[in-house]
Formats: sequence, C-alpha cells, structure tokens
Amino acid sequence: MSVQINKQREIKSFERLKDLKAFHFIIEDSNLTRLFLIMIFIFVLMTAMKPELFPTIDNLSSMAFQFPEFGILAIAMMIAMLTGGIDLSIIGIANLSGILAALTMVKLIPEGSSFNHVMLVILLAMAVSALTGILCGLFNGFAVARIGIPPILTTLGTMQLFTGIAIVITKGTAVYGLPAQFSYIGNGTLWILPIPLMIFIVFAAIFTVILHKTSFGLKLYMMGTNPTASRFSGINNAVMLMKTYMMSGLLAAFSGLIIIARTNSAKADYGTSYTLQALLVAVMAGVNPNGGFGKVTGIVFAVLTLQFLSSGFNMLHFSNFFKDFVWGAVLLIVMVTNYIINHSKKKVSKNTNK
Amino acid sequence: MKKILSTNEFLVALIIIVLSIIIGSKNSVFFTAGNLIDLLRSGIVMGIFAIGVLIVIVSGGIDVSFTAIASFCMYTTTKVLNYYDFQGSVLIAFVLAGAMGLILGLINATFISFFKLPTLIVTLGTASMYSGFLLAFVGVREISNLPAGMSKFAKMNILKVTSENGVVSSLHFSILILIAVVIITWLLLRYTMLGRGIYAIGGDRVAAERAGFNITAIQFFIYGFVGLLSGIAGIVHTTLMRNSNPVNLLGMELIVIAAVVLGGARITGGHGTVLGTLLGLFLVIIMNNSLILLGVPSYWQRLVIGILILIGTGATAYRTMRSSRQLHRNSVG
Repeated sequence: MSVQINKQREIKSFERLKDLKAFHFIIEDSNLTRLFLIMIFIFVLMTAMKPELFPTIDNLSSMAFQFPEFGILAIAMMIAMLTGGIDLSIIGIANLSGILAALTMVKLIPEGSSFNHVMLVILLAMAVSALTGILCGLFNGFAVARIGIPPILTTLGTMQLFTGIAIVITKGTAVYGLPAQFSYIGNGTLWILPIPLMIFIVFAAIFTVILHKTSFGLKLYMMGTNPTASRFSGINNAVMLMKTYMMSGLLAAFSGLIIIARTNSAKADYGTSYTLQALLVAVMAGVNPNGGFGKVTGIVFAVLTLQFLSSGFNMLHFSNFFKDFVWGAVLLIVMVTNYIINHSKKKVSKNTNK
Repeated sequence: MKKILSTNEFLVALIIIVLSIIIGSKNSVFFTAGNLIDLLRSGIVMGIFAIGVLIVIVSGGIDVSFTAIASFCMYTTTKVLNYYDFQGSVLIAFVLAGAMGLILGLINATFISFFKLPTLIVTLGTASMYSGFLLAFVGVREISNLPAGMSKFAKMNILKVTSENGVVSSLHFSILILIAVVIITWLLLRYTMLGRGIYAIGGDRVAAERAGFNITAIQFFIYGFVGLLSGIAGIVHTTLMRNSNPVNLLGMELIVIAAVVLGGARITGGHGTVLGTLLGLFLVIIMNNSLILLGVPSYWQRLVIGILILIGTGATAYRTMRSSRQLHRNSVG
C-alpha cells in the first residue's frame, strides 16, 4: 500500500517536473522571441527614420566592425553572471592585455623586419594577451572562490587594479605603431565579411556549444541556479568559479585584441562605458543577475539591437551624453519588464496549481 | 581588552598610525598643521558621501549613483540660481539641491523596492541616466561665477594656518556640516528603531520582514537619505572648489565605497559602524594625498585604490569565512 502511494507520489512529482520543464522552455523561448521582435522593430524604425543612410551596405558593414569587440565582452559578462556573480573588470582586463600585446609588438618588431618575423611576433603578442586574460581571470576567481570576497567587490577592486597596472605600465599614454598585418584583424575583410564579425561568430558558436553541449555548461547552469544543490551533487563549486572567471578573462583579452587592432593603438582608459553596456546587453538578453539563466542567442539579439540604436542615434545627431541617458533608461525598462512578466507568470502558475 | 584589540576599527586605527609614522619620517611636511588641515578639508565631501554609502551597505545594498546625483544637484542648482540672478542666502541652494537629491534618491528606491531589482544594476542604470541627462540637457560647461550666496559661503573659514613658506591652509565651515551629518547618522543607527531596521534588513531580509519591519518604508528612507546627503555634498563640493563642474565628481564613487568597506562595513549587509567608516575614510585620504609626499607619481593612484579595496574586502571576507567554518566545526564536533 505504502509502496503504491510512494510510486504515485513519484509519478506525480515527475509529471510536475516535466510540466515545469516545458513551462520553463516556453518562458525562455518567449523571451528570445520578444527580443528578436524588438531587434527587428528597432531596425525597421531606424530604417524608416533615415532610409537613405541606415539600411545601406556602408552602414551595415561599419556596424559589423563596431559591435564584435563589445559583443565578446557581453559574452564574458554573461558567463560570470550565469554563476550568480558579475565581472566588472572585463574592460580593465581587455585594456591591460591589449597594452601588453601592443608593447610586445612595438618592442619586438624593429623596422624592416621580415614578414615571417612579424607574423611570429604577432602570434606571440596574441599569446601574451590570452595569458594575461587568463591570469587576471584566475585572480578574480581565486578572490571570489577561495577568499570569499563577493564578486561585485572583487571585480570592482580588480577593475581599478588592472586599469591601474595598465596606467603604470604606460604612464597614462597610448601605445602606437602596431604592424599593418595586425591591424588587418580589426579592419580587414574576408570576401565581404569583416574579420571582427567572423571572430564574434566563432566565439558565439564555441560558447553555445560549451554552455549547452558539455558537462561543464550543465554544471555551470546548475551551480548558478542553486550552489548548495550543486555542491551536494559532487560539483566542486570553487574550481567551477575559477574556471568561469578564467574564461571570462580570456574572452575579455580577445576583445582587447580586436580593440587595439581596430583603433591601431592601446590605451589604459579605452571604452570605460563598455562595462555598463556589457551589463545592459546581458540583462537585455535575459541573463538573470542571480544566476542560472541566459543564452548566447539572447546576447546576439541584444547586442545587435543596441548597435542599431547606437548607429541610428549617430545619424540623428544625438550626443553621446544622450546615449548614456538612453542606455541607463533601457537597462531599467528591460529589468522592470522582465520583473513584471515573470511576476504575472508566477501568479498564473500558482493559480493553475491550485 | 581582547575584544577591543580584535575589532576592525582598532586594526584600521593601527594601520593609520603606522602609515602616518612612515610618511612623516620620509617627509616632515606630513605632520605640519597645514597638511593636516588639508587632509581634513579633502575629507569633507567624501565624508558626507561615505556616511550615505555606509547606510546603504549596512542594509545589504550598494549605491554607485551618488556622485551622479551630487553632480546633477549642484550643477542644476548653480545654473538655476544664476539664471534668476539669486542674491539670497546659501541656505536656499542647500534646500534646492537637497530636495533634488531626495527626489533622485527616491527614484532609485522605487526601482529597488517595488521591482526588487539588484541595487548595483539599478544604481548603475540611474547613474548613467542622471549624468547623461545632466550633460545632454542641462550643460557641460564649468560655471565659475557662483551665485552670491554660495561665493560668500565659500569664504567662510573657521580656521586658517599659514605655513613658513606662505602657503595658506584653511578649514572651511562645511566641516561642521560633516560633523552634524556624522552625529545624526550615529544617533540614528544606534538609538532608533529605524536604525535597527536598517541593520535587520542587511542581516536577514526575510527575518526582518517577519519581525515586523516595513521593508519598503525603510528602503525608501535609505535611498532618499543618500540622495539628500549627495545633494548637500554637491553644494559643499561646489563651494570648496569655487566653481561648478558637472563631471569632476564622477568616478569618485569607487574610492568612497573602498573607504567604507575598509572601515569594516560588510558588503553582504548587517555590519558597519560610523566610527569605522570615518577611520576607513581617513586611511584612504592619507593614502590618496600622501603618495605625492612619498614621491610616488600620481598615476599610481588607481592601482593603490584597487589594492586597498581588495585588501579591505579580502580581510573581512577571509575572517567571515574562517569564523563560519569554525562555527561549523564546533557544531559538528
């Protein structure tokens, strides 16, 4: 008798789980659908406002050069937020690793070097940058996981620390004179596709696979949803955290490489508004600041939406300050909308459960 | 005695003393009355900010919008008073800026309390909005001719010291404002039910709610109070600088947060004292102002601040982690 009841209970709870899963899928999907529609809407709106400028090949290609660096930063922000943390130091990491890479190239390539030598040094510079990113990420991860400093404060501090190191190295000046072969990464095209765009596509694909097809991704989502549960199911949360922040640092370093290649210089205080914008993209993409939810697809839609808005504003001659105002407002509006939608859904599901 | 020795305040005070001795032995200028007055003077605005940040952190939140609020209030106030060619007392400037700050703070509170959004994200968003609005619609140019009341207030010094080489250091009247703010907040946190409520929310939100604290009201108070303080700090800053610049306060928020955290306030909420905050602030100011006395170039400043934040937070975080492990061990064994 009791066995039967238990079985029944099991079946019931299993069904509820299935319900929850199906339900969850719809929420996530409707989020993405909504985001996709917003993106199309902004594109159409800007096209309607500036039909002679906005939908042109020139503008589309210049947008394709601009957004990748910052799309990659947004992915870096996202994976830190999946753990329930945040990474405010990404732009600091990007600039520091960019400066070290730029210095490597400037110092090791005398004038009139052979093509092979230049290529070799470029590869070395990339390795330097990647290593810097990983080390910075490891530092963040160690401080969060082993010392127990909350991620906000850790990365607030390391943002100052990394930028500070970059300023001390350069004494606050910019590093110029990168080899032409290197700036091809930031300004070149393969056929008609800008290289930064292709790099972004590659990273977006890699991280989609990592997050959804590997056990690492599964563990990451699980830890973000419930750290206690993941600990008791045998996941080493501390190691997971360190790995995640290292990945975030590595992504930031690659973004830094694109930045210095595109602007052909490296500077300690480049792109300070990117932190807020990366956070904005992640939140818009439906990444939950408390951890556990978020998809790369969402990041792609959100980053494109912001790029359309930003280019459109430029064409309408809005000032950069006005853009700051709009970014802040959009961030808050998106958060409030998500809250209201999730809240009303929760209420509905509660009622149906009764 | 052991209890006093192990408090965070004692530790910070010890570091301050050691640091002062080191700096003083390297450069005798440090211990002159003039330098000490300069240190105090540069701590006035940061001190008012720090008290506001303390309350937010004790309640378990974080606010990065206060410098944007202060810039908004001081610049708009100066512009409005100049526009009407206002000749009256500086009090009106304080009331105007304070009221504006209060409103902006309450906007923060609305997002935080009604929509339960993370405080960092809300204040990052509103900071961008406030400063963006200010620079896009109110103005970007520095105003150097202040309204009559404010420039008269700027000359109100309570103490003046002339050093041997003729450099005049003066302690401005607004240090009294800081002292008043400190005393009021200390009384508030220590002796009122509201203060208990702020600690309670930071310690355990759900428990505070069950215990009957009105979380919404307390949060509105906290962020409104921070806004009000920021508005006042903005006017003090303007009068001390004798001009109104819409951008030169922006970016200061991290130093202030670092000072409060160094002073022993825990970012997870529930812990923090006014005394600790003042000590932490003093430590940061000494570090900030004395790098030059030690012969360190000023571009080291960011790095030093980063290290300060990490050490300050790391020390408390590590201690909390260890004590919770100890607790665990004791309860198991």
